[in-house]
Amino acid sequence: MNAQAWMLLCAFLAVVLLLAAPTAAWLARVMEGRFALGARIEAPLYRLAGVRPQEDMSWLRYALALLLFNLLGTLAVYALQRLQAGLPFNPEGMGAIAADSAFNTAISFASNTNWQGYGGETSMSYLTQMLALTVQNFLSAATGIAVAMALIRGFARRGAAGIGNAWADLVRVTLWVLLPASALLALFFVSQGVIQNLAPYQQVETLEALQYEVPRTGPDGAPVLDADGKPEMQTRHTLGQTLAMGPVASQEAIKLLGTNGGGFFNANSAHPYENPNALSNFAQMVAIFLIPAALCLVFGRLVGDPRQGWTLLAAMTLLFVLAVIALTHYEALGNPRLAALGVADGGNLEGKELRFGIAASSLFAVITTAASCGAVNAMHDALTPLGGAVPLALMQLGEVVFGGVGSGLYGMLVLALLAVFIAGLMIGRTPEYLGKKIEAYEMKMVAITILVTPLLVLGGTALAVMAEAGRAGIANPGAHGFSEILYALSSAANNNGSAFAGLSANTPFYNTLLGVAMCLGRYAVMVPVLAIAGSLAAKKRLAAGAGTLPTHGPLFVALLAGTVLLVGLLNYLPALALGPVVEHLTLFGR
Amino acid sequence: MSALPRTALPHSSLLRPALVLFLALSLLTGLAYPLLTTVLAQALFPAQAGGSLLLREGRPVGSALIGQSFSSPEYFWSRPSATTPMPYNAASSAGANLGPTNPALLQAVEARIAALRAAHPEQPGPVPADLVTTSASGLDPHISLAAAGYQLERVARARGLPPQALRSLLAEHAEQPLSGFLGEARVNVLQLNLALDELAARTRAARN
Repeated sequence: MNAQAWMLLCAFLAVVLLLAAPTAAWLARVMEGRFALGARIEAPLYRLAGVRPQEDMSWLRYALALLLFNLLGTLAVYALQRLQAGLPFNPEGMGAIAADSAFNTAISFASNTNWQGYGGETSMSYLTQMLALTVQNFLSAATGIAVAMALIRGFARRGAAGIGNAWADLVRVTLWVLLPASALLALFFVSQGVIQNLAPYQQVETLEALQYEVPRTGPDGAPVLDADGKPEMQTRHTLGQTLAMGPVASQEAIKLLGTNGGGFFNANSAHPYENPNALSNFAQMVAIFLIPAALCLVFGRLVGDPRQGWTLLAAMTLLFVLAVIALTHYEALGNPRLAALGVADGGNLEGKELRFGIAASSLFAVITTAASCGAVNAMHDALTPLGGAVPLALMQLGEVVFGGVGSGLYGMLVLALLAVFIAGLMIGRTPEYLGKKIEAYEMKMVAITILVTPLLVLGGTALAVMAEAGRAGIANPGAHGFSEILYALSSAANNNGSAFAGLSANTPFYNTLLGVAMCLGRYAVMVPVLAIAGSLAAKKRLAAGAGTLPTHGPLFVALLAGTVLLVGLLNYLPALALGPVVEHLTLFGR
Repeated sequence: MSALPRTALPHSSLLRPALVLFLALSLLTGLAYPLLTTVLAQALFPAQAGGSLLLREGRPVGSALIGQSFSSPEYFWSRPSATTPMPYNAASSAGANLGPTNPALLQAVEARIAALRAAHPEQPGPVPADLVTTSASGLDPHISLAAAGYQLERVARARGLPPQALRSLLAEHAEQPLSGFLGEARVNVLQLNLALDELAARTRAARN
């Protein structure tokens, strides 16, 4: 890493940590119902919905409420996509989305994955972007934060029957955290050049006429083939450029703040209308980490020991910095095969935007996959082999290095339980975390959450590699093609949403496989986490004794980071060896 | 299931809150929020909200943020673009997604190098990396200062302008990293070419 990359990393971490503390204070106040003005405004809504916000829910009721709410969201996104042709705010006359793609996108946005098999500007109406996709950007983020709050309460409470009220959690975080923050960020983005309008696509007259070739099509719309069976080409001229328009900034803000990652445009945050300059890019990166970092501090605050929150944050930051160093190093190294052709030394610029360059593209790639965001400002498929292995591995660690809003914290807390369990085995004592005895029931739930995603990723990859329809999607030959499939399954099952985008995934096979992976990767983890929350809330809190393992400080940071790496590597090292490692050796080996 | 108290068994009272809250929050975040943001954006930053369009003689000729394809020797050329069916298709952004070991990438880069060398016989050295690699969006409006410098003499020759005049034009339009570390040194190709057209027109007028 050069000096510029280090300065960028340091400035980024400084701003995130500086903003995390006040954000945490506000989050804790809102989520504990101590924002009195807000409560008065919410009251009529609760009356209409028949909700008593003080009512404590058992973990099962809490889980059912969230699942029902997410099911409604999924159905609404599906319906709006299928019906968009006849609905308003559709100046470009976008037609109905195919059933398999609509199914995939509905689960994708409800589960906070925001995997995109479609290209936004060529398929979605403005109404679908706003009322289907932007809504789920908010509500899936709210769902994640709600689960994290429920788990925090599990640790903070003693002898309690419930873990909070799901409805109140969803409403409070949406109204008083996500909405105001998004509105401010959206206006900042517009000031930088992100578009925000409902106009039809803008025609401009370019400086130079453009000549290009398209396949000739017959009267039936199928391409006409020549004698060799290749499509016959015809030359076309244009003196214009069509600029895609839309309400981009409003969706962009929550896309990042809610670690959603679903872009308005196909090129996501690499598109100049989504991310116009280095400053907007910096703001995007900070927005992705802000709430995941703040939630760690909320945890420390509410369990009555801020050091516990800082410890989690330190473990996350440690793993994050290592990943940034690795990815930036390999991208700056560039592609030796291009250098051999006579390309000047400038790092791997294929698939990157010049206004971000190597440093900000590399940092963004780490941030978006450390957090389960999945927005991209560079094409991950074009990363160097080991550069591309970093996002892959960060997702496979379970999205716990900052992670998604809420899901990052609850994923990390599950691994913290595993860490104290392993430590407990080593010293021969009953494991405890924050004075709560960790017993067989909790460990069973921990085991489920830790095993669900690797099963989906590795099983799904194996299935896709064996199936004809799975191999058909591969764009790049050799080991890189395997990496494309492994990346898609890792991204879907861990609810990230970024892609090695060469893979043609908008097919019935991948839309179905990845849809199932996203759904189970989200909800089959969420429910056992809530079960842990319920079980912990009912327990007493024991006083720390001389034999208690302290869960704060450098020793526990190392233990926790070690556990994260151990679990991840045990699961994925063989698969990583078949993809990125093989490709690295073919590229750099003699 | 020791953690499950008897009183907490689920019942049907979840449906009404789910429906009412989903509808209310949908209208708020999916219509009120984006529409109000649009109104505010149009009032506060109308040029940016509408796409930062560049006008010449009152007509839009492009956006300050979106690149265009150039191939005539009289213009600075943009980076290669992977959008289809034509390069710099701003209604369908896309990257090439070619992996570093893909033979298709090497062939494409080799062809671009050959074309650049043929058009720039005065440049024997290595080719700037951004001129032979596609951007992530296919709409990258910038090239590096090295890439502009590489093309400068060819443009000067085609325009019949002194290279020194183009060098000062380039220096005028060069953008430096913010605070020294945010972003890269670069130049906006469309804006540079618009200024180049103006310079050429002024020079012609002065000569006549």
